[in-house]
Amino acid sequence: MTEVFMDGRFVGETKNAESLVEKLRELRRSNKIPDQVNFSYLTHQDTMFINTNGGRARRPLIIVENGTPKLTSKHMEDIEKGVKKWSDLIREGVIEYLDAEEEENAYVALRPADITKEHTHLELDPTVILGISTSLIPFPEFNRGDRVNFGSKMVGQSIGLFLLNFLRRVDTKSNIMVYPQAPIVKTHMHDIINTEDHPGGQNLIIGIMSYKGFNMEDGVIINKASIERGLFWSYLFRTYETEEKRYMGGQEDVIGIPEPGVRGYGGEDVYKHLSEDGIADPETEVTSEQIIIGKTSPLRFLGSLDQFITGLENVRETSIKLRHGENGIVDRVFLTESNDGNKLIKLVIRDLKRPELGDKVASRHGQKGVIGLIVPQEDMPFTKDGIIPDLLFNPLGIPSRMTMGKLLEIIAAKMASLEGKSIISPPFHSIPESELREKLKSFGFSDDGRENLYVGETGTKFQERIFIGSVFYQKLDHLVSNKIHARSRGPTTLLTKQPTEGKAKRGGLRLGEMEKDALIAHGSSLLLKERLDSDRAKLFVCKTCGLFSVEDRAKNKVYCAVCGDSKATPVEISYAFKLLLDELKSMLIYPKIVVKEE
Amino acid sequence: MSQKSQKEYETILPEEMIREIDRVSKLKKFDEKKREKLTKEVQKVYLNSAFEPGEAVGIIAAQSISEPATQMTMRTYHFAGSAGMQITLGLPRLIEVFDARKEPTTPTMTIYLKKEFNDQKNSEKIAKKIKEKRLKGFVESVSLDLTNKVVKIKLKPEYEKKFEKITEILKLKFKKYKMMRRHSVIDVSVEDDIEIKELQRIKKKVLESIISGIPKITNTVVFNEGKDWVIRTLGSNFEKLVKIEEIDFYRSYTNNIHEVAETLGIEAARSVLLSELNSILEQQGLEVDKRHLTLIVDIMTFEGAIEAVGRYGVAGSKASILTRAGFEETVKHLVRASVRNEADNFNGLFENIMVNQQIPVGTGMFDLIVRMEDE
Repeated sequence: MTEVFMDGRFVGETKNAESLVEKLRELRRSNKIPDQVNFSYLTHQDTMFINTNGGRARRPLIIVENGTPKLTSKHMEDIEKGVKKWSDLIREGVIEYLDAEEEENAYVALRPADITKEHTHLELDPTVILGISTSLIPFPEFNRGDRVNFGSKMVGQSIGLFLLNFLRRVDTKSNIMVYPQAPIVKTHMHDIINTEDHPGGQNLIIGIMSYKGFNMEDGVIINKASIERGLFWSYLFRTYETEEKRYMGGQEDVIGIPEPGVRGYGGEDVYKHLSEDGIADPETEVTSEQIIIGKTSPLRFLGSLDQFITGLENVRETSIKLRHGENGIVDRVFLTESNDGNKLIKLVIRDLKRPELGDKVASRHGQKGVIGLIVPQEDMPFTKDGIIPDLLFNPLGIPSRMTMGKLLEIIAAKMASLEGKSIISPPFHSIPESELREKLKSFGFSDDGRENLYVGETGTKFQERIFIGSVFYQKLDHLVSNKIHARSRGPTTLLTKQPTEGKAKRGGLRLGEMEKDALIAHGSSLLLKERLDSDRAKLFVCKTCGLFSVEDRAKNKVYCAVCGDSKATPVEISYAFKLLLDELKSMLIYPKIVVKEE
Repeated sequence: MSQKSQKEYETILPEEMIREIDRVSKLKKFDEKKREKLTKEVQKVYLNSAFEPGEAVGIIAAQSISEPATQMTMRTYHFAGSAGMQITLGLPRLIEVFDARKEPTTPTMTIYLKKEFNDQKNSEKIAKKIKEKRLKGFVESVSLDLTNKVVKIKLKPEYEKKFEKITEILKLKFKKYKMMRRHSVIDVSVEDDIEIKELQRIKKKVLESIISGIPKITNTVVFNEGKDWVIRTLGSNFEKLVKIEEIDFYRSYTNNIHEVAETLGIEAARSVLLSELNSILEQQGLEVDKRHLTLIVDIMTFEGAIEAVGRYGVAGSKASILTRAGFEETVKHLVRASVRNEADNFNGLFENIMVNQQIPVGTGMFDLIVRMEDE
């Protein structure tokens, strides 16, 4: 007997589940049962499931019976004519939706040609195996699988025009490209997601050649004039936010220029960008760590009498500064109210990011690269028509990665730009290479996409013909200007006295375990000591008990708090070690230091 | 060459090298003068290639092995189908060797045969002989007589000739049980009254008993290797193997280092350890200088028994409390040191890094001592 569950609840038993499921499906296909109900019989656990509840992910498939799909050319014609609709196909039992459980019983063919007697369903189209990002890659079936994977990952990192109302939004951080373009070579998905309104890159002229070695190891060379024309420009919008909070006891924050005398007052110069209301005006240029919103707050942890002290001593400065290492222009200021009725300020900083050395760019085929050189237009190679590439890509990036899709896109885009209209080439239904070549030839170009190029500096012809065409490139959200960071001196953490970590905290770069090993291996013990003494501390060790003595600098005296002795030796050790010994003491382990007399 | 200078060289150069110099000078017909020049040259090279005092040999050895080991994680080679057996290779095996596991995941032996048995017929015969055979391989069916508490084992008819022998072996092995044979059926019973659970246990025990061959050797493969016929086994039992007469004991090999240490001693284990490491790295196409490996192997066998590199071995037997606490099992080491009133003398590397003092390595190893009396 097979147990039957409906929406996860036991409803009964059946002797022949297989034929029951079969019969129920038949009824569903002939519209006697709603089409949203799914039936499945899982043989390995000998249970039958009927699912009618909401929230199941279901997908449409063409029903196959006896090796022939139920969808015929007659259906297609009717749909084209407008006689029939999608819902008609479902009603007629041509197409049905399966959920994950019923899918276990289905044997789905990817293409009509693959269908055998055993198949129960057929995919609507092979492209359904691809997700949204992957569907945005043209000619993916010509690329190696991993490259398609990388490519769709990077599509998500591209800087473009993700929304049209970005000027009204206050996202914490958003990138907007200045002159985005829809790709010349599109797939079916571009029209579905409306790329015309939300493009994610630009169409570049690309030359596949080396140039003085500056595009080796995934470097790319960019034409300086192209940048001056607006190539890969983008804006970084960052929102700073603050609230005029009210506290218990009637105290509240004050947004405004802090008065001299306030605790933590930064000096007149720091507040120069603030207008009378304490907020920087739009279109003010501000640089790293300058104050853009002036604010003062009441002191925290007030004693019982302190709250009666009024005046400046009772107020501390809590202004909003620009993040460390960031510059920009105040783009717009929003003044509203928070849920609690407090004054809320959102201030958006805009920073123009022109492409520079080290910025990351990528085509849609998993071919990422870093800008390695920006060359003046007059030094770039050119064709007889005067076409100068925007970007030079190293040919060594092709053989090992085998991204033939990129080469096809270059030819396709070249052909399309000569034709004057963009082309649609969906995955698995790509425009054949022969057609691309033929059309390119008809425009008077070599069908292999290669052309004679001339050396920019001298005007002499290159010995080899260079593969040149157009390709869609993306600027990825990994800009050097957001990442560059260095420190000589700076803040330390309170507990360990070691340097802070991370760019936002002006942190240092860790000399890690393996780097330490490298210094030992070199035998450079004094260099190692110097590198690791960021938290060195001069302490006094009691000669009698071996614990740390107290150093009273005011009285210029050293004494042991444990045994009262005043004989102590100064030692220089890392503060972290002192902390370790303190923790040992707290666990009742007595770490006695015996100092060798020198 | 004067008698004195020769002695001087001999103290520096190893015997082997002096013998080599002798051989070359004889071959090239060198006179005394030329020979001396060669010896001096060899000595120079020899001294140059030695480590300098204060060199951090341990860390350099660790780095020289870990760097290629990271490469190994990225490309683990599989030899699918070759020689018919799957043997753990690459990084998993390397870790296994350094951990000094009691039993490798795939213990194997490579057996060479004595001259008079070194042919296909004999090697196949020996391979068959040493492979362990359990009773369950001879059994057609087993049934339990629950009323009389008897396990009835029916043997396969094709082993008819061996029925008598199998029963004899079983009688020898299980003196506690009564064995009765009627043609192909062996009845196993116990005199005492027992529970059915116990009967099940007896059934399992008897079926799993080894009838012939060397225990633990689950599979054997014979293959030709130039002049030799070699038996490769899955499972290792070096102690029992050594007692087989036909085997060339001097060339046979096992990858179970502990077995070698037990049967042949620590020096043999050291050399097996070294050759195991060498072959693991070689198979992966990695080149590690032999001196790094010898250093590690020496340390692993230094105590007279094989020590793992990890927390219960080399790293766990370090002198400094702080170094051990800093590695693994911090609390254990600190508490133990505190209870026993131990002292850390700050002679090692890591404890000195902890307190940020000069480490006794390289430039930090030497002190300047002023000799007062020589003015």
